[in-house]
Amino acid sequence: MQIDAWLAAARADAERRGLQDLQPLLETLARSTRALREAHDKIVKIAEIARIGNGAESAGDGTVPPRHEP
Amino acid sequence: MTDGADLRSITSIAPLVRSGVLSPSTLVRECLKRIEARSSLNAFVTVMKDSALHDAAQAEREISSGRYRSALHGIPISVKDLIAVAGTPTTSGSAVPPLHPAADAPVVRRLRDAGAIVIGKTNLHEFAFGTTSDETAFGAVRHPFDETRSPGGSSGGSAVALADGMCFGSVGTDTGGSIRIPSAACGTVGLKPTLSELPCDGVVPLSTTLDHVGPMARTVADTALLFRAMKGTAAQSIAPAGGRLVFGVPIPFFFDRLDGDVRRLFANTRRALTAAGHSIIDLSIERAAWTPDVYLHIVLPEASCCHATTLDRHAAAYSPGVRLRLEMGGYVLAEDYVRAMRLRDVLTAAVDDAVQRCDALLLPALAIPAPPVGAASVDVDGAREPIRAIMLKLTQLFNVTGHPAVALPAGSGHDGLPRGLQLVGQRGRTERLLDIAAAVELQITAGPGSVGGGTG
Repeated sequence: MQIDAWLAAARADAERRGLQDLQPLLETLARSTRALREAHDKIVKIAEIARIGNGAESAGDGTVPPRHEP
Repeated sequence: MTDGADLRSITSIAPLVRSGVLSPSTLVRECLKRIEARSSLNAFVTVMKDSALHDAAQAEREISSGRYRSALHGIPISVKDLIAVAGTPTTSGSAVPPLHPAADAPVVRRLRDAGAIVIGKTNLHEFAFGTTSDETAFGAVRHPFDETRSPGGSSGGSAVALADGMCFGSVGTDTGGSIRIPSAACGTVGLKPTLSELPCDGVVPLSTTLDHVGPMARTVADTALLFRAMKGTAAQSIAPAGGRLVFGVPIPFFFDRLDGDVRRLFANTRRALTAAGHSIIDLSIERAAWTPDVYLHIVLPEASCCHATTLDRHAAAYSPGVRLRLEMGGYVLAEDYVRAMRLRDVLTAAVDDAVQRCDALLLPALAIPAPPVGAASVDVDGAREPIRAIMLKLTQLFNVTGHPAVALPAGSGHDGLPRGLQLVGQRGRTERLLDIAAAVELQITAGPGSVGGGTG
């Protein structure tokens, strides 16, 4: 789920539940989630490069498809 | 101030107790007197006067008949009120209805088996979900050297009780620094062992991935005594690590923003250790700057999960700030929790790599001195920092990775308030870390106001 869409949904839900004080915390959490995803993407890319370097085929999403023997 | 407090170490009074020169009943009565005289600090939620005096009388009988159990026999200790003590409510510092445990948590039972006397349950940041011990249903815990200040948290009552002579040891919990932060702020010693080394059974959970239980005391040797008893091994004393030690100082991220006296006292420690023949190398922990985001995406959903049912039933009974943080955890997406858990492995490997290059990592335990009660942010190095983030900054990585870490006094700042050091060891080598900490403690000349700098 994209962060902007998540944040909009979370803010609307908090509003509906009468938790107005949660709004600034959700903004903070959104910034943190953005940073977390960037960090995770970096690790996935490093892992992909290492796997490709070892002769594995990349699936493009950080995973490597199982090798099937001919 | 702590005038008139009995701040002796367990290792110094144990021989007196064993020989009958000092009676457990006298120790318990003195602690009770101190707790009452200093009730304005709000260190205790429950004082177990009757059971403590009963246990002291029994300890006296056992010791006088030659059945001395260990150096903890007859020694009054406290327990954070998040941990089960049979027959006493576990309030977790909350107005939410308490638990009524029928049995002691295993770590408490083991301490009792070693002869320790539980004198009471200490106040804390509600449900251990905070670093200042001022969101609690039992009155904000106040610093013994300056009552306008917070002692840190969440095990704030335990650190205050130790720094003010209300007990000789305590049991705390640490999810992001909750043992080490108040230890640093109050000038005491606190150990977060290796993850899962001590059982968290009987402890109200906050984060099943990050929770640790551990000992707190006034010296490293006392902390080691408690730790070994909590593990169920013999409560014997330790020997400071001998030979030339190598300390690794992780500079990037950890030293970005520090209070001036934290920096100055850390430099003093570096000089003292170098003068004593030890080596110090600067190093970096790869990707340490990712820690706060990884931590947040683990602790929030796990805390939210632990509290889901209670929050549903008793939302209004929570402190507003704690409730909001728990509510926030419900909005963390599962995919981001999984990302955080993957990055946890990356950080664990990075800390493994760093601690393998030295005997222990050496860094401050807390970037600031004890903050004003109720402060939402503080000035550090000319910038305004949110209180929780700056207080967790130096400790939370080692909850994420599970490495053992101990906080010990570094001396006092110009404001008379203590500052703390932190040592971090290899996973599974907590005993070795304590030996190293004892060697470091020997080299630290504690300034006025610090209570745990010596080994006496």
